Amino acid sequence: MPKLNSDQTVHIEKLLLKGARILDSAHKLDETADILIQKDTIQEISSIPSDTFKGTVLDCAGLVVAPGFCDMHVHLREPGREDKETIETGCAAAAAGGFTAVACMPNTKPPLDNRSLIEFVQERAEYLLTDVHPVAAITKGLKGEELTEMGELAEAGAVAFSDDGRPVFDSDQFRRALEYAGMFNRPIIEHSEELSLAEGGHMNEGFVSTQLGLKGIPPISEDIAVARNVLIAEYVGKPVHIAHVSTAGSVRIIREAKSRGVPVTAETCPHYLIFTDEMVKTFDPNKYKMNPPLRTEADRLALLDGLKDGTIDAIATDHAPHTIDDKDCEFDVAAFGIIGLETSIGSVLSHLVQNGKFKLPKIIELMSVNPRKILGLDPIEIKAGARANLTVFDPKAEWTVDPTQFKSKGRNTPFDGETFTGKAVAVLNKGMVYLGR
Amino acid sequence: MKEKSEIMDGQAIGRTLLRLTHEILEKNRGAENLVIVGIRDRGDILAYRIIQQIAEIEKKEVALGVLDITLYRDDFRRGNDIPVVRETEIPFDITGKRVVLVDDVLYTGRTIRAALDAINDFGRPAIIQLAVLVDRGHRELPIKADYVGKNVPTAQNEQIQVQLEEVDGTDRICLIEM
Amino acid sequence: MQLQSRHLLGLENVTRDDITLILDTAVSFKRVLERPIPKVPTLRGKTVVNLFFEPSTRTRISFELAEKRLSADSVNFSASSSSLKKGETFKDTARNIESMMIDFVVIRHSSPGAAHYLANNVKASIINAGDGAHEHPTQALLDLMTLRENRESLKGLKVVIVGDIEHSRVARSNIYGLLTMGAEVGVCGPSTLLPREVERLGATIYPHIEDAIAEADVLNILRIQLERQGKGLFPSIREYRNLFGVTRERVERAHKPLTIMHPGPMNRGVEIDSDVADSDASVILQQVTNGVAVRMAILYLLAGGKAMAEGEEHA
Repeated sequence: MPKLNSDQTVHIEKLLLKGARILDSAHKLDETADILIQKDTIQEISSIPSDTFKGTVLDCAGLVVAPGFCDMHVHLREPGREDKETIETGCAAAAAGGFTAVACMPNTKPPLDNRSLIEFVQERAEYLLTDVHPVAAITKGLKGEELTEMGELAEAGAVAFSDDGRPVFDSDQFRRALEYAGMFNRPIIEHSEELSLAEGGHMNEGFVSTQLGLKGIPPISEDIAVARNVLIAEYVGKPVHIAHVSTAGSVRIIREAKSRGVPVTAETCPHYLIFTDEMVKTFDPNKYKMNPPLRTEADRLALLDGLKDGTIDAIATDHAPHTIDDKDCEFDVAAFGIIGLETSIGSVLSHLVQNGKFKLPKIIELMSVNPRKILGLDPIEIKAGARANLTVFDPKAEWTVDPTQFKSKGRNTPFDGETFTGKAVAVLNKGMVYLGR
Repeated sequence: MKEKSEIMDGQAIGRTLLRLTHEILEKNRGAENLVIVGIRDRGDILAYRIIQQIAEIEKKEVALGVLDITLYRDDFRRGNDIPVVRETEIPFDITGKRVVLVDDVLYTGRTIRAALDAINDFGRPAIIQLAVLVDRGHRELPIKADYVGKNVPTAQNEQIQVQLEEVDGTDRICLIEM
Repeated sequence: MQLQSRHLLGLENVTRDDITLILDTAVSFKRVLERPIPKVPTLRGKTVVNLFFEPSTRTRISFELAEKRLSADSVNFSASSSSLKKGETFKDTARNIESMMIDFVVIRHSSPGAAHYLANNVKASIINAGDGAHEHPTQALLDLMTLRENRESLKGLKVVIVGDIEHSRVARSNIYGLLTMGAEVGVCGPSTLLPREVERLGATIYPHIEDAIAEADVLNILRIQLERQGKGLFPSIREYRNLFGVTRERVERAHKPLTIMHPGPMNRGVEIDSDVADSDASVILQQVTNGVAVRMAILYLLAGGKAMAEGEEHA
């Protein structure tokens, strides 16, 4: 096996992760040990002296080894907008950001609404370290008219269904989609937005939008849609996953629904946990324009509470790369969305863990265990004989975000120039290891 | 900044101004058609005193104008501390009048150049003359005063400080070294 | 004397001292406008681009006049924002300006923050002549100047802004400026046209025009955009006039002397009656005159920029 160089992906012959803190919240594992990996399999976890070891050694002192992180909400833009991102650059960004798996949304051009497109995505990712799990469209062409052939799409490898970017506006259609997808044990991931309230808005509606004179997207446009979605999920008894939760109202509705046993899960994104609509005062769409928009401090705190008490199951990034031309312009002309794959771990560790609010096992649950569970992916266990699907991160390393160094083609990040404490170091998957910079 | 010497005390200023007033009246053959325009700051005060003296001597009311030349300066550009714009008060038609511009110190001549431009925007006087209390030399423009209180040779690093009762509480002119 | 910023993007963060300096300077410029030759050479050699992406005859002419009175060279660039979207991007426009070495850009644009965008992308001083529903600082300053001329003090003065507050940049800039200067501000209009949490800006809401007139010293009446009717914001012009129209009958019931303002252009017989607009209480034409003076003052003060102490002595 060649030497491990930074910023390179190599095939593993024999690799020793030396002195790592192994953290696996699903299996209540927290111990410091050496992990011996051969090809794609964990051979042994014990104390292995490195001086007699024949193979590559990665010194993991002070580092955490966790089950591979999964970002369950990304936009890879391929096919159609390869100028914004490709499956290859998106996966490179995922690896650099510490993710071994992503679920990619179907709002490509054309949308992922038939078998050949699902297969195309999988083929493009076949030899990459990152597992790419396509999410197929709920309706053909994302038009909100006819259901896609979900049976075939599920069989082809679609892990979930979503018309993300837009909601399924028609309630009857949404009900049918839940019922139908449920036959294949696939969740519906719903972009929850009541368009008649939200259309034409560019930021959260509230005091700041009043100050700025920008048309607002009221928080109730999300709350109402979330309420509808959990009510329908309850009624038909099929699972719905609420994408990118951003409001206190959504958290309240989901919490109440969960308490009654409704099959609902939810994700939020780092930016909703860190920023508020005050940031829009910079008028910088490259950093602060996304949908749903940044909300108020009350919403932000409610989201953190929701994460704490399990109302929100997962942290995803809604990684949405855009070209500079789509973002370096007037606020109300700019495209919605920011990228997140390469800043996710850093921002979460800095803003949620560093201040003592959250413990690492909880973060691993939110970014690895739960997303995989929601998507029905095989659980990862760190034990001898298991596949090595691992994320290695340094909870103490300091680094400064420099978008020009990103693997992603996107530069639209609110974290430009920010110094994080906590960094992804390496990812292992499919018999490969990528060691970051 | 320190004071080097006193050029004029209050009495000297009084005597000088009176002489200037007489010269103005002599050269213009009386106060007919005459207006006195002072340049802010302090030139306006001197102009007012001259008008009062004319009133005593000739028993005639001569009109007073006050000129703020800020908007006509030639050193107006970004980077300079910009002066407050104050009002110019010329409440009469200046066309055909004999205008005597009054300022305290004549130095580079740039202020007078600006004042001439400003006057032109108010009309076309028959003649414009210039009266100054002190001429310290170092002209940068071809400008010469018609009435000079005192010629004071100075170095570039020196300044003439004019203090007048109305704003400074005392009448005094001194030479300051920067 | 210096302004704190080299741009005028809005009044939200402009201090009381700066507003006072602008208004005081504007008074001097108003005198200049009354001279036989109402023009001074102050900005000779400076170039101003009037970048108007939204049609606005009044504001553009007022700025142009202010520029010409100061002897600046001015060029006009007018284009609708929609045609901009199709062709050249705003970014390219900004870059073009940058390469033309312009000293000032006066910008009117339908997007809130457009002036900020330019300020971040070009070296010129930017004057916001209205960015969407965000701010229109020069209008608010000329309103303040007019009020100072007609009222003893801005402090404690009760100004009620009437009409479509939600979509009004004039309202926002006026609220910021008036509050900074110590006035009290009220807003009055259909609930559908009051922005969310407008009270938090510091304005009192008057649901009824009668109450507003009873308590106000000043009414600043906004133009009602006729195209907003029937879009769920208010049912008809007729009903708007019935509920919020400033009519002679209503004004006559005022308890104290009322000053009537309007940023123009007026819809006579809709938001304001001719009887009121042309009455002695109206200062609407004075606003127009003051507009030029205020804009001259702003150009003059911004041209000064931050002091860098390299100035030649002037004597």
